[in-house]
Amino acid sequence: MSQMLLNALLLAWRAIRRNLMRSFLTVLGIVIGVGAVITMVTLGNGATRMVSNQISSLGSNLLILRPGQQLGPGRDSAGAPNFKLADVEAIQNQVPALKAVAPVVGSRVTLVAGNQNWSSQVSGTTNDYFTAGNWNIAAGRKFEPDEETVGKAVCVIGATVKRQLFPRESPLGAELRVKNFSCEVIGLLAAKGQGAMGQDQDDVVLMPVRTAQRRLTGNQDVSTLMLSLRDGVTAEPAMDQIRRLMRERRKLSDNEDDNFNVMDTKQIAQTLSGTIRTMTGLLGAVAAVSLLVGGIGIMNIMLVSVTERTREIGIRLAIGALEHEVLLQFLIEAVVLSALGGLIGIALAFVTCLGLTALMNMPFLFNPGINLLAFGFSALIGVVFGYVPARRAASLDPIVALRYE
Amino acid sequence: MNEPSRAPLIALRQVVKTYGTGTAAFRALNGVDLDIREGEFVAIMGPSGSGKSTALNILGCLDAPTSGAYYFRDIRVDELTRNQRALLRRQFLGFVFQGFNLLARTSAQENVELPLLYRGEDAAHRHEASRRALAQVGLDGWEHHTPGELSGGQQQRVAIARAIVTQPLVLLADEPTGNLDSKRGHEIMELLVSLNREHGITIIMVTHEPDMAAYASRTVRFVDGNVDSDLRKEQP
Repeated sequence: MSQMLLNALLLAWRAIRRNLMRSFLTVLGIVIGVGAVITMVTLGNGATRMVSNQISSLGSNLLILRPGQQLGPGRDSAGAPNFKLADVEAIQNQVPALKAVAPVVGSRVTLVAGNQNWSSQVSGTTNDYFTAGNWNIAAGRKFEPDEETVGKAVCVIGATVKRQLFPRESPLGAELRVKNFSCEVIGLLAAKGQGAMGQDQDDVVLMPVRTAQRRLTGNQDVSTLMLSLRDGVTAEPAMDQIRRLMRERRKLSDNEDDNFNVMDTKQIAQTLSGTIRTMTGLLGAVAAVSLLVGGIGIMNIMLVSVTERTREIGIRLAIGALEHEVLLQFLIEAVVLSALGGLIGIALAFVTCLGLTALMNMPFLFNPGINLLAFGFSALIGVVFGYVPARRAASLDPIVALRYE
Repeated sequence: MNEPSRAPLIALRQVVKTYGTGTAAFRALNGVDLDIREGEFVAIMGPSGSGKSTALNILGCLDAPTSGAYYFRDIRVDELTRNQRALLRRQFLGFVFQGFNLLARTSAQENVELPLLYRGEDAAHRHEASRRALAQVGLDGWEHHTPGELSGGQQQRVAIARAIVTQPLVLLADEPTGNLDSKRGHEIMELLVSLNREHGITIIMVTHEPDMAAYASRTVRFVDGNVDSDLRKEQP
């Protein structure tokens, strides 16, 4: 029995070797199919994971309150008044579901330190911002209460700002020129990396809200509120409560629409990952087509060679091969070629994904399921189309097979 | 070696072979009786459609008769299964075809080794036996050439080497010179004669060329699915 298997292996190997072109094309079809599907799905998974990572780095359970109507068609924020610091206090006092309420006042300005300059997003806010935005202090400290109340010229800078303006020295205690005033750097934020939309989250300067209002914007307005929900609190009731409070404070009558909107970042995250899942599905479908095309290629090659192979089977039967010996040989041939193609495809996809994810700053998620699925599918095609015609040929009478045209 | 033994090696009794069914049925063999003794060199002749190829296929266990009995030694071949017939071919028979039927892109030696592989012989024996068989047909030094690199006559020699490498009792040849010019044809016939005389291999050959049939020790002529004449040549 083992001798027979050994002989069948030898025969299969000789058949593969003497039909190098056919073998190569068969393997190629499988390689492309398997490689494409695995690459697409792995990249899609990586992108989904990247986005959800970035969303969670935004801060979990984060609500954003902005003036103007909901984003989308017919959006109208032109006439909507901004918020005031009193609104911040009111929300803080009247919505117990929130653990942090951070006003954000800001603009993009040029920063100068020593002989370096850099343009960055400067935001005036409170210590709640660190909680709401999931920020950690890498060095230095947050704002002191008296710095917040009097609006002292102090700031906390992000990692990108540090890299651009204080490449070597520690920024703590240094003077940073923001637009036309100078402020003392008291803290450095821990780096977060790229945001969900591809922006650099670390390119920020934070200062007390009153400082920003007085020196940067020159008014008492607050353009955005970042609200962080307590753990285990559902967003909907809190959002309703905020909406009611704001309508009341803005003195909107029942027939007027909201002139502000509350967004839940979880919703944004869900929308975004939904979009990416759709894209992944789309890419997967494209890749599945290439797998199918690869499969049809294999099928073609196998069917084209069926005439030659049928005669070959006739010869083998005539000179003393038994039907099951011929079939075993063809089965081994098909399995070896398909497995070889599948393994090369997996290796190729692995290397490609490794390279592309590194290039695109994406996490590389090895997905055993899709690897197995793609491998199994092409192996199945290879085996079925290699084996089934052989099976038919081997059941012919040797003389019929020999005369097969 | 050429002395025929008493008991026939092969015996056909009232063998009928029908192709197709119903009104389209065609009787290729119509109750053939034929005895072949060990060591004979039989040429089967006849016009096309006379059943000579069908007879050879049945004698070669490639095909089963529709009715009648086929004895190979003491074995009732007509009662065997496909697989048993294949085992019989593997054990006792060698084939040579008009179209050579070598495996393409495969060296002469690997072609000749093939029947040994199916017999489960080990590599050393395969190697030695295939070289010996190739030397026997005069193809010393051509072991590593593929059929594409060999002339028609050489390809037929490889096919003969493949047929005799298992040292069969019977060599069946279907128009072995049909694809060759007359000079190569005569060379092949001389090779077959020497295999018959020197190694005692029984040869059954289908041919339509009288000058090729002249090499045989016995000529059986088929007409309309039956034996029409059966002539033994005088011993030389």
